[in-house]
Amino acid sequence: MHGFTLIVCRDLRLALRRKGDVLNVLVFFVLVASLFPLGVGPEPGQLRAIAAGVAWVGALLAAVVSLPRLFAADFADGTLEQMLISPQPLAVVVLAKTAAHWLSTGLPLALAAPLIGLQYGLPGDALAILLASLLLGTPVLSLLGAAGAALTLGVRGAGTLVGLLLLPLYVPALVFGAGAVTAAMSGLDPSAYLALLGALLAVSSLVGPWAASAALRIALD
Amino acid sequence: MLETSALACERGGQRLFSDLGFALAPGGLLRVRGANGSGKTTLLRTLAGLTRPAAGSVRWHGKEIDEDYRREMLFLGHAPAVKDELTVLENLEFSSRISGLEISESKINNALQQVGIARLSGLRAGYLSQGQRRRTALARLALSADVPLWLLDEPFAALDDEAIGRVSVLCAAHLAAGGMLVLTSHQDVPVAAPAAQTIELQG
Repeated sequence: MHGFTLIVCRDLRLALRRKGDVLNVLVFFVLVASLFPLGVGPEPGQLRAIAAGVAWVGALLAAVVSLPRLFAADFADGTLEQMLISPQPLAVVVLAKTAAHWLSTGLPLALAAPLIGLQYGLPGDALAILLASLLLGTPVLSLLGAAGAALTLGVRGAGTLVGLLLLPLYVPALVFGAGAVTAAMSGLDPSAYLALLGALLAVSSLVGPWAASAALRIALD
Repeated sequence: MLETSALACERGGQRLFSDLGFALAPGGLLRVRGANGSGKTTLLRTLAGLTRPAAGSVRWHGKEIDEDYRREMLFLGHAPAVKDELTVLENLEFSSRISGLEISESKINNALQQVGIARLSGLRAGYLSQGQRRRTALARLALSADVPLWLLDEPFAALDDEAIGRVSVLCAAHLAAGGMLVLTSHQDVPVAAPAAQTIELQG
């Protein structure tokens, strides 16, 4: 546990000193979401219908953009190597770096999403469900993303490869996340979708760090 | 006691060396020599547990190396593991704590003194020169006196004569206190050792 907090604190401190990286992701998300009305036209009913899908796809793309950096800097300067031979279990190291990634990208993004929803004219309860679905879903993006980032470590063109690898894996999160908001808007109970997102989070918190640890060991061999 | 038996390593399908056996007892120094590409770094990474040997084994106190071994070993590779965005002090604080050392700020300042960069402790590492960065990494030696086994890959590279002197003093003190040291080096830096041996890797 001690190693976990140590790494989370260090990564958050690094994120604070490199504010540009965090802001880029957030601005990217807002920009992607703001482009859709320009393309599909200003008809309110249509915008309301696509709002949840747009916010979720924006979140997926923003995650993919931010992920190549997750291990790359530590890999390049030798810190990752030192973490690997430290007494901390590698899965704890991965989980800590994933948690810091979520706190510095996923969480701000989820908190910004209701503003996007507001622009699209989503009603109040749908906004709350959008926020809830992203709060449950963005950790899934970070956890699975850690495995993708570890697998593409040191590979040329890692940025594109991460997208190709991860976007198909993100499909269930997208379907349940956007589905929850759509259900709420049509007066149905969204709790089943949110429960499925929760289950996804539970599974990926086991699979993600495990797969990422195995990939890191190979990358550093 | 660090031992290897019939150790063989490969890199990209190429056999670098095979049938390597040595034993290092407390106070022992092992110098690894060889031309570029002869496998010095690979040997050290294998001893650190980063790279799997193609054959043979590495043993620490008679057991295959495991989690406990990591607490008793310090490995410093080519990359200094120093973050540009953190200060020299913060860098050392993190690297020591993550490897399980209990340290205080005064201990770190004392260590920085021993490698001659005490006045840089509050500076962001991004402003350091290459040699100062190496010194920051090597300050961990002064903090790791209680860690029995040191594995140092080219510790004298990019250092000036004064720093080379300081590092070899730290190494000699470690050996005199019963520590063990494996180092690769191109220069013939004298390190006073109770028992020294040399391995020559054929490239």
